[in-house]
Amino acid sequence: MREKILYGLGLVGMGLLAWNLYKIAFDLPHQANVAAYQIVYFHVPAAITAFTGFFVALVASGLYLATGALKYDAFAAGVTEVAVAFASVNLATGMIWARYAWGIWWAWDARLTSMLACWLIYAGYLILRRAIDEPTQRARLSAFLSIFGCVDVGFVYKSIEWFRTQHPAPVLSIRQGGGMGPGMESPIYWNWLAMLCIASLLVIVRMRQEDVSREIDSLRRMAHSY
Amino acid sequence: MDPKEFQYVFAGLVAAWLILVIYAVSLGLRERRLRKELDRVRKMVEKR
Repeated sequence: MREKILYGLGLVGMGLLAWNLYKIAFDLPHQANVAAYQIVYFHVPAAITAFTGFFVALVASGLYLATGALKYDAFAAGVTEVAVAFASVNLATGMIWARYAWGIWWAWDARLTSMLACWLIYAGYLILRRAIDEPTQRARLSAFLSIFGCVDVGFVYKSIEWFRTQHPAPVLSIRQGGGMGPGMESPIYWNWLAMLCIASLLVIVRMRQEDVSREIDSLRRMAHSY
Repeated sequence: MDPKEFQYVFAGLVAAWLILVIYAVSLGLRERRLRKELDRVRKMVEKR
């Protein structure tokens, strides 16, 4: 069953991406045929996918703290790892966009700096998990760090409204931006859906590895108990 | 599209997919390492 879900998600994700690439390249209004738009079609969905992952990890971490069940901790760790990969995509494409639009790779403005801090917090989360062997202590500290990281996610989201620095103001109409023309926003949401399929596939693979790790641990305990 | 514009779009796409491909490959390598480890531990348990 899990294999079928994996293949299904992979096919849907890849199909959506191929269709989107075609739409972005050939089927958009003329004014969207510039790098400024086309990079945004990957930069923004990567950010939304990463933030979705961080929020899901927050919920799983909260469930771990409430119940003490390690399965929630394992799920939070898997989702966070995948979300960090998408946050890296967001930062990398953002830097290329900045070089094109501003002539510089990086600016220490509120949005960019808070996003970098967010990436560092969650990268720290993954490093912390490798540093602690005791599962309960690792899960508790990771849960607190995940909650702290999600506070920064909220700050990253609102930073372009609170601080008018280098990064553009909100452009999407759901945030009352209105910076993109009619019909030019939809590739963002379709790409988000495609990335969400790919992220879900990666999380399922990651969770399967957690199951194997647990099986190895229990076999080792069994071997030592003889 | 202007060739310079295309360069930036191409760089953006390559960066995005390269990061995800590197992560997917690292997951695949980890899966292989875990499977090997599982086989090794299973054999160890069977011997005992």
